[in-house]
Amino acid sequence: MHELPQQLVNGLLLGSMYGLVAIGYTMVYGIVQLINFAHGEIFMIGGFGAFWVWTALPGGTTMWVALPLMIIGAIIVATLVAVGAERFAYRPLRNAPRLAPLITAIGLSIVLQQAVWAWYPSSVVFPEISGGPFHLGSITIQTGDVFLLIAAPLSMAFLGFFVKKTRSGRGMQATAQDPDTAKLMGINTDRIIMMAFALGAAFAAIGAVAYGLKYGEVNFKMGFLLGLKAFTAAVLGGIGNIYGAMIGGIVLGLAETLTTAYIADVPGMQQLGGQSWGNTWAFVLLILVLLFRPQGLMGERVADRA
Amino acid sequence: MRSRQLIAVTAALAAGALTLTACGSRDDKGGAADAGGTTVVIGVDAPLTGDLSALGLGIKNSADLAAKQANEKKYVKGVTFKIQALDDQAQASSGQQNATKLTADKNVLGVVGPLNSSVSEAMQKVFDDAKLAQISPANTSPSLTQGPKWNEGVKNRTYKSYFRTATTDAIQGPFAAQYLFNKAGKKKVFIIDDKKTYGSGLAGTFKGEFTKLGGQVAGEGHIDPESKDFSAIVTQVKSSGADVVYYGGEYPAAGPLSKQIKASGTNIPLVGGDGIYDKKYVELAGEGATGDLATSVGAPVESLPSAKEFVDNYKKAGYKDPFAAYGGYSYDSAWSIIEAVKKVVDDNGGKLPADARAKVLAAVQNVSFEGVTGKVSFDEFGDATNKQLTVYKVEGGDWKSVESGTYGG
Repeated sequence: MHELPQQLVNGLLLGSMYGLVAIGYTMVYGIVQLINFAHGEIFMIGGFGAFWVWTALPGGTTMWVALPLMIIGAIIVATLVAVGAERFAYRPLRNAPRLAPLITAIGLSIVLQQAVWAWYPSSVVFPEISGGPFHLGSITIQTGDVFLLIAAPLSMAFLGFFVKKTRSGRGMQATAQDPDTAKLMGINTDRIIMMAFALGAAFAAIGAVAYGLKYGEVNFKMGFLLGLKAFTAAVLGGIGNIYGAMIGGIVLGLAETLTTAYIADVPGMQQLGGQSWGNTWAFVLLILVLLFRPQGLMGERVADRA
Repeated sequence: MRSRQLIAVTAALAAGALTLTACGSRDDKGGAADAGGTTVVIGVDAPLTGDLSALGLGIKNSADLAAKQANEKKYVKGVTFKIQALDDQAQASSGQQNATKLTADKNVLGVVGPLNSSVSEAMQKVFDDAKLAQISPANTSPSLTQGPKWNEGVKNRTYKSYFRTATTDAIQGPFAAQYLFNKAGKKKVFIIDDKKTYGSGLAGTFKGEFTKLGGQVAGEGHIDPESKDFSAIVTQVKSSGADVVYYGGEYPAAGPLSKQIKASGTNIPLVGGDGIYDKKYVELAGEGATGDLATSVGAPVESLPSAKEFVDNYKKAGYKDPFAAYGGYSYDSAWSIIEAVKKVVDDNGGKLPADARAKVLAAVQNVSFEGVTGKVSFDEFGDATNKQLTVYKVEGGDWKSVESGTYGG
């Protein structure tokens, strides 16, 4: 157990990445009650956006210069795809039965994945930040993870400020509570919905840059499993609640890491340890939360419209 | 009305994308143009897209080169060889579909591939039922030839149609263990595998020999190669005090694993089998990969005099992708089929007999010729009689051969 602090940090980092992607699920669901299953692919495309910026930069560019440009590139590419998807795939179906946009989302997810696969059939190498790992007592923090440690809280703070303090943010809250009344009050709901998609995509793009820095590669299928996990995180935290998304992500990340590290030490559980079981435990946790607290950890609203 | 159109467009797009997945091999124009006479098709099954495509494309191109050369030399009179390459994406289910497709084509008289042992498991019965010879250049799981109880000493060949030119993990794992314990002075190992047929088999045979030699196992774990977060196990490796990590699996997971181990501040080498012996591993693992080791089947292709011609011809043919770890073995596998077809045609007065498949299968069992990788022939289990292995080390951003030898159990 002497490695526990390190495992907690591992879980926290993994969970922060889930949280960044989960925000997109939760915001879109909160406003239009749509589970945007293509969000994992928007995350993936963000990663490629950063990669394209990196390949376009002259060789030998330091990461101090490259990284901000890569983040901007990732955000632009992911946002364009998300807004395009909203405009051309979801908006025409807004008054259709709930199932139609859901199926469209799954179709769109496959289309995006296959489109990237056609160009990049295998993993591409993502640049790394040079410099050794940092040590805090017995805890080691890898250089690539420093980005995540800074980006996740900053993103949350920005989002909190945006939703509470700005006009557009309040418009979002109003639309989430009651779209029809919001419209009568003069809120341009189309614009608000588009903004929710764009914001979600921007956070996913930051998550994708973190993924690339952490694992050293991006590939066409990285959005599938991670998107599913982020969706789980959003549900765990209480879908529709933006802080819940981050907390759900962290709970999920910790659960995955700790079960991977310690379940095998429990007598009689040797067979159920190891990383290959991490996903299983993550979803067991989801089922347990849904059984005993269906609104999620942070959810307040009764899930009447789901 | 507009929304209905949109559904139709989306559905059409999705269907298009699915079709794209189904037929991944879009550039499988192999062999030479038909020059009259009989056409014999050599099937190729390998991952042509996806993470392992670097290895798969090397297999496809090398088999293609063999067919081209046989046609050029008019090696079998009246017979033109052609390649049909199918993409299995390293998945057993796709492999089995491809196997069914290949057996349905009467012109297919032999198959080269696949890359993965787990894919072969799904294909063997299909080929065996059709009496179609299958020669894998890369499968190393012992159970494919010697049956599920091979490690209990009960060797039993289940499928008479299956052969391979690669050595098995029954030899590769222990070979790595002997090198690490005796030559590299590593005494405490952390063993990780991906739970697949190849990975867990390799890790198992390695562990057996390493502990027999007196080495200590500091810890063991499994990873899911699909998810890239290995932080939990990396932390365990770090606190276990191991001086080396042995990984049973392939480079798409091994590269990031090595990178994450080094990034955690644990500077110990990662060692694997032929599944990590690829340039892509070095790219994925980054700078920290220097010093990592891999064993691979055979001697380095570039160093054998018999292989020089192959390397030159491969360059001349202008393939976009390198021949990778199994190029020489794929070339030899394809030639085993060509030699067998030649024997069958010669025995039948210059024509293919009606039961060509069964005859070719019988002939493959008895082929014997000097190939790119040394002498090519098969024992009673369908295994290669050539049991040479080589240790490679990452240096200066690429694999360099350290030592070749045979495992002396």
